[in-house]
Amino acid sequence: MQTKKHTPNPSQEGNHSLRENMDILKFITAGSVDDGKSTLIGRLLYDSEAILADQLEALHASNRKNDDGSIDLAILTDGLKAEREQGITIDVAYKYFETDKRKFIIADAPGHIQYTRNMVTGASNAGLAIILIDARKGVIEQTTRHSFLVSLLQIQQVVVAVNKMDMVDYSEDVFNKIVADYKVLAGKVGLQNVTYIPVSALKGDNIVYPSAKISWYTGDSLLTHLENVQLEVDDTSSHARLPVQWVVRPQTDELHDYRGYAGRVSSGSFHVNDKVTILPSGFSSSISKIEFYDKELAEAVAGTSVTVHLADNIDISRGDIIVNSAGQPQLSNLIEADLCWMDTRPMDTSLTYLVQHNTKTIRCKISEVLYKVNINTLEKDYEEDFKLNDIGRIVIKTAEPLAFDPYQLNKANGGAIIIDSRTNVTVGALMLRQAVD
Amino acid sequence: MSKNRLDYLDELEAEAIYILREVAGQFEKPALLFSGGKDSITLVHLALKAFRPGKFPFPLVHIDTGHNFEETITYRDEMIARIGEKLIIGHVQDSIDEGKVIEQKGKNASRNALQTVTLLDTIAKHQFDACIGGARRDEEKARAKERIFSVRDEFGQWDPKRQRPELWNIYNGKIHKGENVRVFPISNWTELDVWNYIRRENIPLPSIYFAHQRDCITRNGQLMAASPFLNMDDEDIIEKKNVRFRTVGDMTCTAAVESYAFELDDIINEIASSKISERGARMDDKVSEAAMEERKKGGYF
Repeated sequence: MQTKKHTPNPSQEGNHSLRENMDILKFITAGSVDDGKSTLIGRLLYDSEAILADQLEALHASNRKNDDGSIDLAILTDGLKAEREQGITIDVAYKYFETDKRKFIIADAPGHIQYTRNMVTGASNAGLAIILIDARKGVIEQTTRHSFLVSLLQIQQVVVAVNKMDMVDYSEDVFNKIVADYKVLAGKVGLQNVTYIPVSALKGDNIVYPSAKISWYTGDSLLTHLENVQLEVDDTSSHARLPVQWVVRPQTDELHDYRGYAGRVSSGSFHVNDKVTILPSGFSSSISKIEFYDKELAEAVAGTSVTVHLADNIDISRGDIIVNSAGQPQLSNLIEADLCWMDTRPMDTSLTYLVQHNTKTIRCKISEVLYKVNINTLEKDYEEDFKLNDIGRIVIKTAEPLAFDPYQLNKANGGAIIIDSRTNVTVGALMLRQAVD
Repeated sequence: MSKNRLDYLDELEAEAIYILREVAGQFEKPALLFSGGKDSITLVHLALKAFRPGKFPFPLVHIDTGHNFEETITYRDEMIARIGEKLIIGHVQDSIDEGKVIEQKGKNASRNALQTVTLLDTIAKHQFDACIGGARRDEEKARAKERIFSVRDEFGQWDPKRQRPELWNIYNGKIHKGENVRVFPISNWTELDVWNYIRRENIPLPSIYFAHQRDCITRNGQLMAASPFLNMDDEDIIEKKNVRFRTVGDMTCTAAVESYAFELDDIINEIASSKISERGARMDDKVSEAAMEERKKGGYF
């Protein structure tokens, strides 16, 4: 026999590796190499035993060591050769590990200001952000910058990890002062759900295991917190959105009239018989059937990839979005948005760019620059030029109306990218805010 | 607001299906690279879920080194017959015969590096603008930074310094003529996720993934299947071993592991407790720390 079928073995359900109903937490770490960010991630992986023997062997064989001769855990995350040579993280690297409670995906993004776009990229998919603060330095300019970006990208949960506690004699006063300072900043940038944890990544205090040296701290270690923090999903019907990716039309004899709209529910939930509206056309219908491969479903919730059928025969194609008729998004071709510019060529208001929102890619122009933000000081700046890593508020004009939700209310239907049609490169990230009358 | 988040396998599956449908929607002539390994078998299963009852909007492409495990080819042909989709085969032997590549000599000779040329030729011949592959970010450090939509220039090269930012789940597949995009729908899966998914979905696999008796030799500390493709001499001692393979590649560079995992659950337990990463069983990655990065820049998958 060349192929082998197997039967699931229910007696092993409780086994470590066969766990079900675990979810995934994607998180980003914000900090610079000087704050020990790579060391912190290395410590998380090392102490949670997520590093395999051959990788450890390479780690031990490397000639990069800490001053005390212990292995430099930062090597685990510095992926590319150029980065290993320069000793800094340039691009976003993704790391994977799991514990008994959860699976984790770390987006390890660089923290220096010249890599703001990389951090924005890593933050776009994160449900939680760890903001690293060097206990000796406290809340500094880069802390403001990182916190602003976390708020701009609307990351749900924030952990402030006060690192290098070993360098300040594990002082509670130092920690409390930093917490007080950060609370002021969090209020200023609009961050909620902030948790504060004193750690030493280098010594391993409070990363995976609680530390006797920080006995005054009664909260969870970083890993315990990551394992237990609750993330919420918006599955209310009124926010139901399904961008159409692909129309399934088998056109065979037995499935001659089959017409299914394939896509991933980006927010909310759909049910059979829900009244829906197709945008931008504005036609309405109702859902007659929800399919997933060989199954028929009564409901499709946010995050699931399904195929839906409508009661009426309407011309729908890729780029359209199916929404619940009772809770429609905004529809406009003139939209105020926050913009992060990501290209070395500055933004040019005289150029026509492309905007990609969900499954739709159309022409656009930046019709107005309202202001830029100095992301180190949070002061507004009224210069018109948008260069690499600049962030600010603009008005975008699109060739056709976009059906969008404000990013702050619905990330999945409020984010978009700008593409330079000369180079085809992604040059900007848009967080859509509201239609301009 | 509710607190019901998707189970991790459901989330990974939904993401992969979304990515496959983006390929279908954004490209003129996509292809799915099928190696006969568990990752590409998983991709085919995901494509069934993405496009049925319609046909796949792309053919499967197999780059055949000619040094295959027989079981893989049998599996491939049975699978194609079962799903009724189109298969295109690019032969490394053709590239050798055409003089485009030269067969390596010596004990550690392998066709693994040669298949890059055959792959690029096959892409050019069929004018594929997107190639879907089963690479995962957890496999290797260089892969950890690769995008899900990874643009290659007309020489098939990947430039790690000039990758496009990839935000949210918006994938920019715009390219110039001659360029193509490698797409990795299971980027965010780990080896164990793939195995648990195969188990949950009851996906059949080639038999070499399961423990069996085989003639092996030990080379550079690794167990290799004895075969006519492996250059052997008197120093090589053939021993019967109970082995299985963790990856399926060219017979000359895919190492076996000693194993008594006859069933899927045994394999999952073995991997969960294993202390050697999957690529640790690929001889060609041992050459240098930066080996994978160099090969990827040159157009290797």
